[in-house]
Amino acid sequence: MKSFTVSKAVTALVLAGLVLLPLYSQLSGNIFILTLFTRIIILALAAASLNLIMGFGGMMSFGHAAYLGIGGYAVGMLAQEGVGSGFIQFPVALAASAMYALVIGALSLRTRGVYFIMITLAFAQMAYYVASGLARYGGDDGLTVYKRSDFSGLIDLSNRTQFYYLCLACLLGVVFLIWRIVNSRFGLVVQGLRSNEQRMQAIGFPAKRYQLVCFVISGTMCGLAGALLANNTDFVSPAVMYWTRSGDLMVMVILGGMGTLFGPIMGAVVFLLLEEFLSQITEYWALIMGPLLLLIVLFGRGGIMGMLGRAGRG
Amino acid sequence: MAEPLLRVEKLVRRFGGIVATDNVSLDVAAGELHAIIGPNGAGKTTLISQLTGHLEPHSGSVSLAGRDITYLPAYRRCALGLARSFQITSLLLDFTAADNVALAAQAHAGTSFRFFANARKERSLRDAAHAALDRVGLLHRADVVVNRLSHGERRELELAVALASKPKLLLLDEPMAGLGVTESQRMVKLLQELRKEVSIVLVEHDMPAVFALADRITVLVYGRVIASGDPAAIRANEDVKRAYLGDQHVVTHHG
Repeated sequence: MKSFTVSKAVTALVLAGLVLLPLYSQLSGNIFILTLFTRIIILALAAASLNLIMGFGGMMSFGHAAYLGIGGYAVGMLAQEGVGSGFIQFPVALAASAMYALVIGALSLRTRGVYFIMITLAFAQMAYYVASGLARYGGDDGLTVYKRSDFSGLIDLSNRTQFYYLCLACLLGVVFLIWRIVNSRFGLVVQGLRSNEQRMQAIGFPAKRYQLVCFVISGTMCGLAGALLANNTDFVSPAVMYWTRSGDLMVMVILGGMGTLFGPIMGAVVFLLLEEFLSQITEYWALIMGPLLLLIVLFGRGGIMGMLGRAGRG
Repeated sequence: MAEPLLRVEKLVRRFGGIVATDNVSLDVAAGELHAIIGPNGAGKTTLISQLTGHLEPHSGSVSLAGRDITYLPAYRRCALGLARSFQITSLLLDFTAADNVALAAQAHAGTSFRFFANARKERSLRDAAHAALDRVGLLHRADVVVNRLSHGERRELELAVALASKPKLLLLDEPMAGLGVTESQRMVKLLQELRKEVSIVLVEHDMPAVFALADRITVLVYGRVIASGDPAAIRANEDVKRAYLGDQHVVTHHG
């Protein structure tokens, strides 16, 4: 189906906007917008990784923010210990996230449904309290990253524009990977398991090992977002792992459209822009945000991508 | 007699105080169509579930081609050549018919830990799917999402999915359930074709279909085998007549 659709047009517009944003920022002198959108892109990356297990895999993880913290702390702790090279920090961040996902996934995937949601939440809260207890690394107060990851002249993370494009490249790279994965043999099995696990077992697929691998891939991708986030804020604290952040990521995915490729990006953009502008209008912005999200979820089945799809069909 | 394809020995499964499978033994020879019949609540589905690995027996054994599979998980049995259809249609509803069948073929064609190449463009898998769909007369519906298929078509798709794994033994749990008269006739014709290629265990309520198809019939009542034999013998069997006329207590005492 190579036809022109509303959802494709809007997606292309948003992507083009993201690519051209630094240009606008430079011309208008609006630096704030670049900072804001760097954050949006990083969280969109996190949401995209969550969408892989939640939207495509049917695994409702309520602890995805843990990887933001693990990726972030990997960067922060290494920097604190004098290891400033991004070539070490980033692989360590990814490996640590993968390890965490492997252990948590192996334990959590023994359960289903609500229990899976609760156990992933519980593990993320444990990670939160462990981070709070790391006295050497700031404990509750968090850890300042005095120097951004050093990629020995290849790319300068302290340069706003370069850092922005690095984040955007990571996001598009991850979305590309997810696109390949969901159409691959592996991806079809994972989606089949979401649809009907009993049937998949009966035709010869052991459910758990596919789901676990998917869980690890997703966690590793989110660890990348965590490493970028620590660089973006020059700071990492237990708060990035708190359950409300995991909830935000879920809302972004549902808002944008679960199980769609670009839904999480849409969700992150809309969610964070709403949060930004509503919080400028009133201190009680959550009072407006909450019902608004509720309406979209109730009446916009399939999230933003779903609504755009229906708009396309008239 | 050669080693039977499927051998069930002294299988027992209890649910609380109820013995749903009571010392059931039966053999299915290669090439045979073996029907299992019995009144409602006779334990047919419980028995099938133990054959497919969805339920563990409390004692007894199940072996496939000489290999003990009593405690193997469902997916391992499938790899050994045991395929099943479900009494209540169980398919991937948001996938197309072709995808449903191609996934079954994929399960038996190398590893599925491939992350990059587009699986829907794998020729061998698509061809296998189309062949199986053609076999059950559903080829023209290959690209339709299962949600939009009729009940009858879904029953046929169940068969295509089972066939795509190239099984040695096909376990069919009430394939005619809910089908209309013409659809049932088509299904009987289809099974008549398939039995030439694969051994079949058929659980079915539709008696004319069973007697038209089966080489041998095993009759279950209250979890026990009360008779086993060819259709003529079963038709003449006094215990079976009584069971179907409703006086089951007499039958269990005879047991």
